[in-house]
This record gives sequence, structure tokens and C-alpha cells, in this order.
Amino acid sequence: MSDPVIEVDDLRMRYGAKDVLTGVDFHVGRGEVVALLGPNGAGKTTTIEILEGFRSRSDGRVRVLGEDPATAPQSWRAGIGIVLQSWRDHGRWSVRALLEHLGEFYAPYSTPERRRPRDTDELLATVGLDGLADRRIAKLSGGERRRLDVAIGIVGRPEVLFLDEPTAGFDPEARRDFHDIVHGLVDLDDTSILLTTHDLAEAEKLADRILILSRGRIVADGSPAQLAREAAGSSEVRWTRGGESFVHADHDATAFVRGLFAQYGEEITDLEVTRSSLEETYMALVHRHEAAEDAVGDLEPTEGAAR
Amino acid sequence: MNPRAHAIKVGVKRGWTEFKLSLRAPDDLSFYLLWAGGLLVFLFLNRHSTVEGTGLSASVVALPGVLAAMIAFGAVVGPSYQLVLEREDGTLLRAKAAPFGLDSYVTGQVVYQFLGVLPMLVLLLVPPVFFLDGLVPRGAVGWLAVLGVVVLGTLAILPVGFIIGSLARKPSHVTTVAILPVMGIAAISGVFFPITAMWAWVQVVAQVFPVYWFGHALRWAFLPDGAGAFEAGGQWNLPGAFAVIVLWGLVGLVLSPRILGRMARRESGSAVEARKAERMQRVG
Repeated sequence: MSDPVIEVDDLRMRYGAKDVLTGVDFHVGRGEVVALLGPNGAGKTTTIEILEGFRSRSDGRVRVLGEDPATAPQSWRAGIGIVLQSWRDHGRWSVRALLEHLGEFYAPYSTPERRRPRDTDELLATVGLDGLADRRIAKLSGGERRRLDVAIGIVGRPEVLFLDEPTAGFDPEARRDFHDIVHGLVDLDDTSILLTTHDLAEAEKLADRILILSRGRIVADGSPAQLAREAAGSSEVRWTRGGESFVHADHDATAFVRGLFAQYGEEITDLEVTRSSLEETYMALVHRHEAAEDAVGDLEPTEGAAR
Repeated sequence: MNPRAHAIKVGVKRGWTEFKLSLRAPDDLSFYLLWAGGLLVFLFLNRHSTVEGTGLSASVVALPGVLAAMIAFGAVVGPSYQLVLEREDGTLLRAKAAPFGLDSYVTGQVVYQFLGVLPMLVLLLVPPVFFLDGLVPRGAVGWLAVLGVVVLGTLAILPVGFIIGSLARKPSHVTTVAILPVMGIAAISGVFFPITAMWAWVQVVAQVFPVYWFGHALRWAFLPDGAGAFEAGGQWNLPGAFAVIVLWGLVGLVLSPRILGRMARRESGSAVEARKAERMQRVG
């Protein structure tokens, strides 16, 4: 991967006696959309807050746009976009007033290649809030507020955008609208996006690459298709021959089907090949990792007792 | 322009926007009008009664104390409450996400809270000019002193509001750590009755805090020269008032950036989320 915008090497985080991150490694390239996927409590939010510079880490090396978020100068913030979930802030402000106010912070960092801030009207059109520019923020619906959150996150035309559980609490329609907005962003300005989610379908829909975080460690890293191949890896082949149904699981379904035809030719009917779904992959990966860790955990006291 | 100066300029604009929005907000307006209205009615009804043994109008004597309490309330309770609320609702975190956003946010708060003291003062100062006789016998010099106390006094104790706002964890704490102390200090600071009516040690304590000195300087402006006899030292002491007010301002200026910074460093999305959840539980 050339020109990584996010580099995380052996990131560790410990709260008191509790290890939340136990050596996280990953890189994100320019223009890439990466989903950090994992069950609740896996350390997704901790990771993203460290990258945002909102939380200090215990150990490891982290670089975002070439700077350590813990010590980066304020100018570094001009290249970072963060989508924060509005709750009740700036309720009295109009949509336009707030976007223009927050956009002003980025004006000193404008370059011919990256004009900052984004034009308010274009921005409103991008997130589908056109026509609501003069609406008071307190009067927006929940979905409209989320669009505003995204607009605020990208008002400074960031090189890297962070989204932490962006669709938590969305209804299916709001979720689909949000996915459309994110797809639109990627095409604009080569923005790299790191998002966290515990929703697998969302990760699959949005990301070029999925990182699965489980118990403070990355247990899988690849495109949705790669991950599906990597895990249990098997596809299911179903067919009928002579009125009888057959099922066979195989790592290389293509070779198996070729052999099947070579042997029986036209006797084969109702052929069906199903790749194991990403969901099955995900569950398999997380469980395999947790089982391995628990096994190690079980061994430790025994060793201690033997000494 | 360097980016930090730019952000501070954005903050001044932010303060002005917030002020304009508050003038249009029904809850803020009714707050101003109810309080000012009540006090004006009180001053109007008492305009002819005199304070025993002095020959001074009770309303003219009361007005400086009321103004002193207003400044203290506005400049301490206002920002502390706002800071707690805006930490809870994520406003502060949004500021933190922008380059030099915190510098800008604090600038905006100073401007907004400072401007926020003004509507009340105008409401309380302008009408009495028409119905109270002998207000501000010193003329232009007196009005300049009033302006000086308002500007200097507000700026001097705004940092106290920011410090309390940084330390309080939820809105209800503001009542305990800001509203009650300010009311207590106002009560012993000669706001409601002359300080000389207090025990000697209470008078000493009151003189440590700026509220007494706001009132002192305002009484100097509003009352005839002879009224100095009812002050703590038995005479006017403007240099003393100036010194105490400026000293509070300096201490606040040194302490508040550190305390604000420490509080702001802890802000993150999950911190806001956690407080939101806690608040939902409290309210629901």
C-alpha cells in the first residue's frame, strides 16, 4: 500500500488492570474505506478515539497523516474530519449558520488542490439537506440531524474521515440514505474513511477492506470477499442426480463441480453453489479467536499451580 | 493572519451570534423581563421611602447592590451552567475537533457571557433614570464608573465561572457550587442591607470577595459623597475596590486556562455518549 494515511503498529491500551487493546496493527491507504468491525467491547471506539487524538494510548506507534495524534499541532486537525453524533448542541442555530461558522476554522488551510471550507450550498446538496439551510437545528428530524453531522465532518474537506458507529439507532431507511452519502464521499476528494461498526452488513456494503477486532486485537484483515475465502472457506454444492439430492462442502467448489460433470455429465441437474456468507465467516473468525484465547487462559492457572 | 488569531476572530463572531440568538429565544427573554420587571416594580414602589437616619431614597440605595449581585450572578452562574450543558451536549467536543477550536470556543463564551450581562443592566438602569431623583449625582464621571465596574467586574469574575463549569460534573452541581455560594456571598456583601449592619468578622470576609467592591464602587457613583460613612471602612475606597477586582481577575486568568484545558482534554465521543446515557436515566 503506497502512501498510508493511517499507520497503527502494536497499539496497546490499558485501563487500570484491564487490557482493552493488546497489540493492534493496521494501515489505511489514501482513498481507502476501511471498516473496523467487532462485537461490543472489542475496543473499536477506543481505537478510533486514539486516532482522533481524543484519547491517549498506553503504548505503540500511531501516525495519522504523518503525525502522532497525541502530540500533533492544531493545524493537523484541519486534515481530519470527525463525524460526531449531535444530540442537542447548537439547537438554536440555523443549519447554514452552524456550517458556515464551523467551516471558517478551515479557511487558513485552504490550498489550490483542496479548497477549504466546502461551499455551504454544495455541502447541503451532498448530504441531502438542500432546502433546510435556514431551519433551526432543534427542529430537524433525527435523520436530518445525522446528515448535518456528516456535513460538519466534511466541511473542512478532510483527507481522513472518522466515523464511530455512524448508524447506531438508525431505522433501515436512514441507514440506506447514510450509505449513499458515504459512497458519494469516497468519489470526492480521495477521502480516506475509517468507520467502526458492529453491523456486518454495513461493513460489507461500505468498506473496501474490513478489519475484525476481537478482544483488543485484529483477527482478520481483508476485502469482504477475501475474508469469506479465508475463513472456514468452504462453499456448499448442492445437486440432484437420478432423483436424489446431494450436498457437498468444499474449499474449491469450481474443481469439484468440474469433476462432477466429468464423471456424470448430463445426469446432474439443479446444481447450486453457495459461498459461505460473510456473516458466517465473521462468526467463525470471532469464535475461533475467542476459543483459542480462552484455551490459553485456562492453561495459565494450571501452570502457576504446578510451579 | 495566523491560524490561531483567525480562530479567535471566529470565536468573537460566535459569541456575537450566540448573543443575537439568545435575544430571540423566548426562554432567555422571559428570564430577563421577569427579573428586571420584578426589580423595577420594587424600585418604583419604594422610590419615595427613605432609609432611616440617612435621608437617602431606599431605591437609590438598593440599586447599586442589585446591580452588583446581577454582575456576579451573570458572570459566574451563566458561564458555569453553559459550560456544563455544552460539555454534556457535545458542543465542546465539536469545538475540539476543529483547528484551534477550543481557543475559539472560549473566546466565544467570554464574548457571549459578557454581552449577556448587558440586557439586564440596560433594563435595570434606564427606567430608574426617569423615576428616581438624584441618581448618579456625580454626572458623567459617575456613569463612567458604572461602566467601568460593569466591564472590569464582569471580565474579572468570568474565569471563576469557567473554573466552576469545568469542575462541576452535571447541571445540578452548578446549583451547589455556583448559585448557592454566589447568593451567600451576595447576602454578606451589603447587597440587601448596609454591610455595617453585619458583625465585624463577616465584614472582613465580605471584603475578600469582589461582590462587595462592585457594590461599593457603584454606590460611590449612585449616592452622594456623604454616604461613604455607611461603607465597611467608614469611607469610600475606590483604589481598594479596583485592587480587589483586578486581583480576582488575575488569579482567574492564571488558573482558568489550566483547569479548562484539563477538563477539555478528557472530552471524547464516548465521554459525551456516557453523559448522555446518564442524563437519559436521570430525566427518564
